[in-house]
Amino acid sequence: MDIAALQHIAATNVWGAIWPELSLGCLALALLALEIVLPRAAHRHIPAVAVLGQLVVLAGVLLDWHSPWLGRETFSGLLRHSSEGQAMRVLFLLSSIAVCLLGRLNLQKSAMPRVEFSHIVLVVAAAMMLLAQSCHFVMFFVALETVTVGFYILVSYCRTNPLTLEAGLKYLILGSLSSALLLFGIALLYGVSGNPLLSGHTPAGMHYSDLAAFLAANPHQWLAGLGIVLVLSGVAFKIGAFPFQIWIPDVYQGAPTPVTAFLAVGSKAAGFAALLGLVRYAFAPYTWLVIPVLSFMAAATILFGNLAALNQHNVKRLIGLSGVSHAGFLLLAVVSVGATSLAVGAIYFYLLAYLIASFAVFGVMAHLAGSDDTNQQLDHYAGLARRQPLLAGVLAVGLGSLAGIPPLAGFMGKFFVFVAAFQADHYGLLAVAIAGVVISIYYYFGWIKAAFFEAPAGPSEGASAVTVGWFSGVILVALALATVVLGFYQGPLGRWLTW
Amino acid sequence: MSLPLDPLLFSIAAPLAVALAIALGLPKRWSVRLAYVGFGVPLLLALHVGWHFGAEPKVAGYAFLHTYSTGLQGLGIALKLGVNGIAMPLFVLAGVVGFAAGLYAIQSGAERLKVYLMLLLVMQAGLMGIFASVDVFFFYFFHELALIPTFIMVGVWGGRDRTYAAMKLTVYLTAGAMFSLLGLIAIYVKSGAHSFDLIALRSALAAQPLPLLVQKHLFGLLLLGFGILVSLWPFHTWAPLGYGAAPSSTAMLHAGVLKKFGLYGLIQLALPLLPSGAAPWSHGLALLAVFGNVLVIGLVTMAQRDLKQMVGYSSVMHMGFAFLGLATATTLGIGGVVFLMVAHGLSVSLLFMLSTCVHHRTRTFSLDEMGGLARKAPVLAGFFTAAIFASVGLPGFGNFWGELTIFVALWHYSPAIAALAACGIVISAIYGLRAAARVCFGEPTEAFARVAEQTPPADLSWTERLPAIVLLAALLVIGLWPKSIARPINAAFAEYPAAEERSS
Repeated sequence: MDIAALQHIAATNVWGAIWPELSLGCLALALLALEIVLPRAAHRHIPAVAVLGQLVVLAGVLLDWHSPWLGRETFSGLLRHSSEGQAMRVLFLLSSIAVCLLGRLNLQKSAMPRVEFSHIVLVVAAAMMLLAQSCHFVMFFVALETVTVGFYILVSYCRTNPLTLEAGLKYLILGSLSSALLLFGIALLYGVSGNPLLSGHTPAGMHYSDLAAFLAANPHQWLAGLGIVLVLSGVAFKIGAFPFQIWIPDVYQGAPTPVTAFLAVGSKAAGFAALLGLVRYAFAPYTWLVIPVLSFMAAATILFGNLAALNQHNVKRLIGLSGVSHAGFLLLAVVSVGATSLAVGAIYFYLLAYLIASFAVFGVMAHLAGSDDTNQQLDHYAGLARRQPLLAGVLAVGLGSLAGIPPLAGFMGKFFVFVAAFQADHYGLLAVAIAGVVISIYYYFGWIKAAFFEAPAGPSEGASAVTVGWFSGVILVALALATVVLGFYQGPLGRWLTW
Repeated sequence: MSLPLDPLLFSIAAPLAVALAIALGLPKRWSVRLAYVGFGVPLLLALHVGWHFGAEPKVAGYAFLHTYSTGLQGLGIALKLGVNGIAMPLFVLAGVVGFAAGLYAIQSGAERLKVYLMLLLVMQAGLMGIFASVDVFFFYFFHELALIPTFIMVGVWGGRDRTYAAMKLTVYLTAGAMFSLLGLIAIYVKSGAHSFDLIALRSALAAQPLPLLVQKHLFGLLLLGFGILVSLWPFHTWAPLGYGAAPSSTAMLHAGVLKKFGLYGLIQLALPLLPSGAAPWSHGLALLAVFGNVLVIGLVTMAQRDLKQMVGYSSVMHMGFAFLGLATATTLGIGGVVFLMVAHGLSVSLLFMLSTCVHHRTRTFSLDEMGGLARKAPVLAGFFTAAIFASVGLPGFGNFWGELTIFVALWHYSPAIAALAACGIVISAIYGLRAAARVCFGEPTEAFARVAEQTPPADLSWTERLPAIVLLAALLVIGLWPKSIARPINAAFAEYPAAEERSS
């Protein structure tokens, strides 16, 4: 390799472009260092340091919104910076902050170490950010594996609970399987694109734009098609799309509530960011294959998620399956990406609304969880409106938003997705989506019904006295208010999304 | 005279502001006082809008136009408020019925009154918003804003079968709303106007109408969606159940005003935007309405032994007349529907309110266990009989003009269907007058006599009389002075695209 090429590569290593990821990583290490340095009595302040540090990074990202590297590739084509990447950074930071706060609440109850938890969450968040901005399969895979490995630990974090361990094992086995599928797909694509017998072959088949150029030159290469399907399958596992959604109910139930929230929101958003990159850039010439595959997935995911959630009584399984159906709605927007510019904005808004509403619901769940938070039934919510009106109100707003009821943010998300799907002429999928919405009303409403209409259960286990600290109260009310306000006033956000 | 503020925006904002104040923990005494403001301001502003509507400058038939940005200009969505001749009478209706329902709720002494009033206020804001919206997106949005509190109120404050009724109401009405949302999005996308503004949509589609087949399918979709919301047979089963279970103020607002959303949507959106889409569905709709809503439900209503169920079914039946007017697709028929919507809204909410008043005195809804109320509570009996007369369509009340114009239009459309529908009038006279006789006159039954012994029934108190007087006065005003509504409606039809084509 000649020196000029090395110089070129070195010149593209712009470390300043990834300062949010770097500072999250440093913060994560600093937390561990603090635990060694500080006296034991001061350890309880370390999670607060984690949250404050993330808030600083979040403020920095917002101030640096028009970063000079937008629209450029850095690290010799591993990363591509864009304003959408900035949006994903904000989204991941918001979710990791919320997860840390939830962890503060929840891990106290189960007496688990908290510093390591924050550490892993920070590392995973940094990896998610890199994943969302990757435009090279090497970066893509490394970031995705960092996320997944972090989740292997997080899912089985409460290592004394057998259900949690089982969930961790299931996630590990199925996660490795999906990683294997993904890797095999990448290898196939790399191999095919480097085949000198094919026109337009390239040695840089790992890079999205080079791969796209090769695919455009070979529009019906079956091996490449196989590779694409395998890669999509690997991503489908992360977002919990049919037929790779089997792990979701068990893992969501077994994982500690903050981790469930992180899986439901962060991991799903990361999966969609990655999928968007693939569909829009790498696989763009193969829409003939990608659109039917994803359309089938979308329809099946919406139907499976909603139908399976219908008779769930465990709320964590219920929220997991409802999350599956949300992945279906998001896929509906993904298949519309090629036809309309609105689709991308729709996905970001949907993810934001989903994030806010989910954390509102998970926040309520974390409050209601007893020492064993894998076993939360709908019955435990009976009469919540009388016992804790604040929690009941936040729960109703969160669930209403997830169900897509106006005037809440979730409705706007669904509305944007439907408009985008209409513009892309996906009428069949729209019909399925409408059916899904109507079905979903039933189980979300069942939950609200339990909280509002039913008399409080006796002083049984799990329905014990619930207290809400002022800090958690403020956060929950803020989430609920944000859900309501975003439902009718989008302001500058709306202008950015519909540009 | 012009107010220094936008009356439409404030009629929406005032109830919302009061609801917010209550939600933030206002003490009960102040909540109740402020609730009067929350229901009174929309009424006054609605009357102001109604009174000055004729003299206001208009753009494309719309007066009081104001636009507020919410950040979605990129999609062509903005909070655009204004009323035309079709919206204005319904806007006033929402103000009047909302005020009456609010007054009744305040004096009802319901459990957890603050939350109840808060939800009613949110519903009131949504109702004002529906008829003040020129933007199709916000038209739908405000409908949902009004609908959601209904579910909660039925579930928490409802009567018999409240949980089941709330669930059924939610599923049915969400399905209806979703179908109509799809139809509205479809119109937006297909029109190519890049705007949800109704005026822009109208001019875009008048310049370049959609292909015939597309119009037909979209109209069918909207008819299905809106039809479920207006309890078109056979999608009506939520209505009697829901109204039977709903607390009276909720039933008043829903049956009186919110249910008219579907008809209003068909008249204001579907017919003018898809002028050729209606014709293929017209016969089917007319047959469904006359056999399903008018005759079948009419007979079912006759068989009811429960007063509240009877009122619920009768409202389903009267919607049949409205659908018949729509099916004629003539200016006369549709004008009659708008008239009937206003009159029926007033009369049905009056009936729901008085049924509850009767229930408080007889402790039963069963018609078989009532009788002789006129001797114990003559004022209540008087109001009740008047409300029944109005609902039956006696001249002097608003309903008469609505039904009359619909029948004239229907006669030109198909004399056979007009004759069948006329049987409906007979049926409604039978059950209406029989109910009035059972409740108010004759000898008290044993059951009622026992109840009356324990708690002697008081006559209508002034707090109950006031809302009844408001509603009855409004019914008489439009009954004796139909021009108050007919003139703006006529003016609106002048702006209706291709109105001449259809009326010929």
